[in-house]
Order: sequence, then C-alpha cells, then structure tokens
Amino acid sequence: MSEATQPAQLRTRGLLREFSGFVAVNGVDLDVEAGTVHALVGPNGAGKTTLFNLLTGFLKPTGGRIELDGEDVTGLRPERIAQRGVARSFQITSLFEELTLVEHVELALQGRDGLGYRFWRSDKALRRYRAETDDLLEQVGLIEHANKQAGSLAYGQKRALELALALALSPRLLLLDEPTAGMGVEDVARTVELIRRVRADRTVVLVEHNMKVVGDLTDRVTVLQFGKVLAEGPYEEVRNDPRVITAYLGENVA
Amino acid sequence: MELVLQLFNGLVSGSFYALLALGLSVIFGMLGVVNFAHGAFYMLGAVGAFVLLDTVGLSWWLALVVVPVVLGLVGMVFERLLVARLVRLDPLYNFLLTFGIALILQDVVRLRYGVQSQPYSRPELLDGQVNLGLFVYPKYQVFVLVFSVVVSVLVWLVLTKTRVGMIVRASTERPELTRALGIDVRRWVTPVFGFGIALAGLAGVLAAPMRAVNSGMGGDLIITIFAVVVIGGLGSVFGSVAAGYLVGMLSAVGNLYASAFSQSLVFVLMALVLLLRPAGLFGREEGVRA
Repeated sequence: MSEATQPAQLRTRGLLREFSGFVAVNGVDLDVEAGTVHALVGPNGAGKTTLFNLLTGFLKPTGGRIELDGEDVTGLRPERIAQRGVARSFQITSLFEELTLVEHVELALQGRDGLGYRFWRSDKALRRYRAETDDLLEQVGLIEHANKQAGSLAYGQKRALELALALALSPRLLLLDEPTAGMGVEDVARTVELIRRVRADRTVVLVEHNMKVVGDLTDRVTVLQFGKVLAEGPYEEVRNDPRVITAYLGENVA
Repeated sequence: MELVLQLFNGLVSGSFYALLALGLSVIFGMLGVVNFAHGAFYMLGAVGAFVLLDTVGLSWWLALVVVPVVLGLVGMVFERLLVARLVRLDPLYNFLLTFGIALILQDVVRLRYGVQSQPYSRPELLDGQVNLGLFVYPKYQVFVLVFSVVVSVLVWLVLTKTRVGMIVRASTERPELTRALGIDVRRWVTPVFGFGIALAGLAGVLAAPMRAVNSGMGGDLIITIFAVVVIGGLGSVFGSVAAGYLVGMLSAVGNLYASAFSQSLVFVLMALVLLLRPAGLFGREEGVRA
C-alpha cells in the first residue's frame, strides 16, 4: 500500500443498535461524502460513541447496513474494517503503556500491511518501517520522545500519539472520537492544524464537543439526539436550527 | 554453607515454578483465562516421557523435544474446541472447564497407571555429580537450572524483540486498540495457548528423572504455581519467572529453619504481596483495576 490514498465514502441506512431494550442508535441514515470532514455532535448519551463502535466493527448492529464506497461492510470484524482503510481513535486514551512510541507506530504499520504469521527475522522486517515511523512521529510533534514508553507521556502527547497510530494505517476514512477532549489550548490548536493537514487525501469523521473546533474544521455536521439524526447540514446552518439550539447548544448559547 | 546449598536447591525447584508460571502467565495475558489444567499438562509431560520410553524406548533427550511439541498441539486443539467457546463469557466458566479437564486427565492416567510412581532414570550424559566449587552437586539438577534459565531468556527475547512478541504484548494490554490497528488478535490466541501448554509439558519432561512420576504430581504443584503468578504479578512474564525462582529459594530456606512451616511460607508471601502491592512484585498497578 502506498502513501497516496483515495478518500472513502461512508453511508449508513437505518442503522440500529439495541442494548437489552435500550435503543442507543435508532435508525440512523448517515451520508459522509468522500474527502469531507464531517462532525457528529449531540448531547451525552446521544449515541455518538455507539455509532463509532458500529462503524468500526466493535459492535454488531441490531439492524440496518453500513456501506464503504458502496460496499456492504455491515458486521465485519474490527481488524477487517481497519484493513479496508478505516482507522479510529478512542474516546478514552488508549495506548500500550509499556511499548515505546516507535513500537506503537510499527505495530500499526504492520496492521496496515497485514504481515500474517511471519515473525522470524522480525527486526530486519521492521527496519524498513523506520523512516515511515520517524516521519509520522515528526508530524505529530513527538519525534524527540520516540524511544520513551507511552506510559511516560503527558496527556496531550498521548492524544497526539493516538493520532499518529491512526495515520499510520494510511486510512481512507479517519474516525476521531473527541480528539481534543481534555487538551489545553495549545494542544487543541496543534491538533486542529494536524487534522487540517491530514484531511487532504482522506475522509474524516469526528465526534467533538468543542464547537470552535467543529466550526473551524468541518464541512458538514450531523446532530444526534436519543440515537436519531436531529439535523444535518453545514455548520452555519445547523447551529442556527432552532431544534438544535434547544436540544444541544441551548445551555451554551442562551 | 548449608544455607548456600539450600538456596541452590531452591533455584532448582524454582526452575519448575518459573517454567510453569511463565506458561500460565502468557496464557492469562493473551486470553484472560486462568488455566487450571496447567498442572495436568505438566503431569502429562512427565508421564508422556515415561510412556514413550516404556513403549518405544524413546530417549529422554528426544522426549524433551517430542513431548512438548505434541502437548502444544493438543493444547491448540483444546483451545479451539473448548476454551474458545467460553472465552466471551465470565472467566469463571473457563476456570471450571480447565478444572474439569485437569481432573479428567489426572483420572485417565490414574486408571491406566494407578497411583504409584513410575521409575525414570536420568539420562546417562547427565548422571553423576559435578563440583561447583562451593559444593558437589548432581549434574542433572544443574542442567535443569541452566536449561530453565535459557528457556526463560529465550521467551523473553521473543516477547521483546520480535514482531509476534510485540503483538502478544500489545494484545495482552489492549486487545481493542490492537484490533483497531488492523491486527487479527484471534489468529495468535491459539498458538500462544499451545505454546504455554508446551512449556508445561517441557517442565514435565524435565521433572521426570528427578521427581515422582504419577498422576497426582501436577495437582500438588498447581496451587503453588498460582501463588507464584500472583506474587510475580498476573500477566507479567518477567514477574512470573522471577517469582518462580524466588519462591523456590524461599521454600528451600524455610525448609532449613522451619521445615514444618515451609509449605505455607509461599502463601504467607502471597498474602503479604496482595496486601502491600496488589498488582504483584512486577505487575503494573493499572492491571488491577481493569
């Protein structure tokens, strides 16, 4: 696989997920055009993270379908979806505390290339990843920490490393779950800048609570409430939608 | 002098603890399964070496290779057919399954060979004594110690230096993230389980010439091994090996000063570790909360 990627188009139809009687995602039709940055917003419990887990195969839908570039990917296992060029970050910082930054990125590069059962002469096989690894760590501003264990990083740096992991997969579709949550102002600015840079040849879907980030970055916004789509459109349009103001922005804007 | 000798004895019995705890730990890390049948596979290793010698005259050296490989394959089938079906449920189910399997394996051997121990003599090459400077020691016991250290170091190298090791460490810590990176964790589960079982079998073959070979030999040991794994830190590979040798030495020294008490010492240590450092001597604190 090469560096150049074709942005993917994502579509869901009637996507449904129940948890023993509670409907977390209730018939969602989502259209994410190739090459756009698309935000999912909505109050807590609106079903955003469940939707992410459905899109990446970590949860199986109760009903409906998911299409990637028109192909049905409903119910595929997470590693299969990842191999189709879908990368995600997790809402809660999720890293291997004891692995170094270099090992993290190399692991992701292996996942991308799917090296199968071969494991002998591993170090030689890994050496060719070295340049790519350095490049990615450089991009997210972590190159000077390359050989530290991830457990020793500060919070903002951990989020940056997660982004590097997702990028290592050369994804065509990048799913980011609250990429700026808990970050200081400087880290937010750096992350926004990074997303702007990497969106060039891919599609990005992000869950985000920071409305400034949403406004700065996104082409389209889908507002979810109680597991359903409440509104969909460009940010300027959606933010002035009276239903959205009551449901979500209400407390902030009023 | 007596103390040094006892410490050395402890290292030798610690070799078995280390190899068994290592396998148990790798399996627990990768599958989240506490394999109660581990002691039974250790017993099968020793009994297997005996049976192969008795029936086809297979030498101990060959058994050292053949038995672990065969048991590793048996372990893989066991994982695929049974363990994998329960792995999504409460860990208690697999605990009960492996406990049941341990009893079955033990009774099958007892049915065929009774409860008395089978004789197994040392390989000729390792018969006799060797002068270690401070004391003269049986060659075979020295070999067991050296061999177990070499195997432990090799496993450690595989885990830290190879691609597979990286994947195993990664999926032990965060299976979800590993899968999100496009790595098929499931395809490594069965080989890792088989490998853990092969280590138990290897320990069994090593034990055959110096321990009593009988159906109950694994059951006696497994409880101590659980204590070793807890002391070292559940899922910590380095910890279980280090704790293996440590517990071996502790029991041996206990034997010297308070022989009636020596069997309980390891559990006293376990209780202390749980009170003072619940994640184990070498475990990460974080592991306990999860």
